[in-house]
Amino acid sequence: MCGIVGLLVKNPSMRANIGELMMPMLIGMTERGPDSAGMAVFTAPVAGNELKYSLYAPTMDFNWQGLAHDFDAHLGSKVSLSTKGNHAILISHLETPTIKTWIKEHYPQVHMLSVGQSIDVYKDTGLPADVAARYDLPQLSGTHLVGHTRMATESAITPAHAHPFTAGRDWCLVHNGSLSNANSLRRKLQHEGIDFETDNDTEAACRFLEWRMREGDDLKTALEHGFDELDGFYTLLMGTKDQLALIRDPFACKPAVVAEHDDYVAIASEFRSLAHLPDVKNAHVFEPSPKEMYVWKV
Amino acid sequence: MESLKFDLAATPLREVNQYLHSPASELNGKHVVIHNPNGAHNIAVGLKSDVQVTIDGHAGYYAAGMNQLANVVVTGSAGTGVAENMMSGVVHVKGFASNAAGATAQGGLLIIDGDAGLRCGISLKGADIVVGGSVGSFSAFMAQAGNLVVLGDAGEALGDSLYEARLFVRGEVKSLGADCEEKPMDDEARQILVDLLAKSGHADVSPDSFKLFGSARTLYNFHVDNAGAY
Repeated sequence: MCGIVGLLVKNPSMRANIGELMMPMLIGMTERGPDSAGMAVFTAPVAGNELKYSLYAPTMDFNWQGLAHDFDAHLGSKVSLSTKGNHAILISHLETPTIKTWIKEHYPQVHMLSVGQSIDVYKDTGLPADVAARYDLPQLSGTHLVGHTRMATESAITPAHAHPFTAGRDWCLVHNGSLSNANSLRRKLQHEGIDFETDNDTEAACRFLEWRMREGDDLKTALEHGFDELDGFYTLLMGTKDQLALIRDPFACKPAVVAEHDDYVAIASEFRSLAHLPDVKNAHVFEPSPKEMYVWKV
Repeated sequence: MESLKFDLAATPLREVNQYLHSPASELNGKHVVIHNPNGAHNIAVGLKSDVQVTIDGHAGYYAAGMNQLANVVVTGSAGTGVAENMMSGVVHVKGFASNAAGATAQGGLLIIDGDAGLRCGISLKGADIVVGGSVGSFSAFMAQAGNLVVLGDAGEALGDSLYEARLFVRGEVKSLGADCEEKPMDDEARQILVDLLAKSGHADVSPDSFKLFGSARTLYNFHVDNAGAY
């Protein structure tokens, strides 16, 4: 079991409060996923020549200022850094491979959770309420977000195995279910030169779809390929810089409910995560059909 | 009718369900309204008395499961397994119902005004289900007895491995499951349909617009031609 939540705020005046709106959604999924939680939020993009990187360190007292200092000293480029305990968002105009290689060499204990112009990712082990407090998730602002609460069934409980997973830029995916062909999918993608960070089945789905889009598929075509390639049970919720997308496996083994309102679109595994949204009584609440694609644009 | 109100935003569900399990002498003839269900699971399960319950909003999983005698109305939608294993009474969902609505139900009437998800009436054992909208794939899978009436469409593999349940569908059937076939509507089946339409608020719907599906009974006994498959 796992819980998924997604929120896309259509009313611009509510975007500053997206974190507050989301909190009851995430907490509502605690019983479905008490061991880890995570959140990807899409904010206003950084400057055109820059990218931002969500970083995860193993300790809450990690010396981020030391990392920023070393970065400047080694690469001759100042970075903008905002930190919350073991989490930091680094903004730089340097090339992504340069930054990745530098972190790997000098700070191998630091993991890169996401890359993009809009995306910030927070994830860790623990109860959803604790993870949310750790990273001040109620304070988030942005246009849309993708969240997850995890009850691990097929791989270890570690921060790296928590969702959302990301690949490429401004792309993330959360999953409720289990894939039976994740290993063969991973081998196939590794053959294409794609690196993996965990043995998690969801990471395979995430990298597969991102790889299809890099090969020229639009989101819809990539998801069609997903229906052909992914074997197992899944409700997948995905975020791009300006869209949320949802699919369910052909047997609808895993749940999803959607509330479409003039001010927002909210998605969750169960209605109890939608029950506290403002004016949800007047939202159009429905269950997405199996093997259909649902895409909402900002 | 004496009316009682519970607010699930203030009262724990366990207390409400415990009250609903009071002796029949306490509950018979009462009307219990449950506010702010907010998708909670297991609301009003295992009722055994002639009580009227209104769940005012959206219910979570297994609402009114194992119902006996009680009349339960959900004014919003219902999650997975509404009225599963119902024995008698009436469960009425005014919105849509998720997967496995009325699964294994042995008696009583389940009315769903909207659509029902996949596997509606799976392993049905004698209850009646009337769906005002459409049902998803694999509905009435291995249904053994009872009636499923669908005013809309049915998804894939309707009535797969069906026993003796009757399936009435007004709209399109995407595909029939193994051993499910269209049957001529005899007088007995037609009367059952007319009665169920009347009981479920669809008296204005013509029974002539429905097709009847049932078991071809080819899976009842082992056929020697299939020996090679084992």
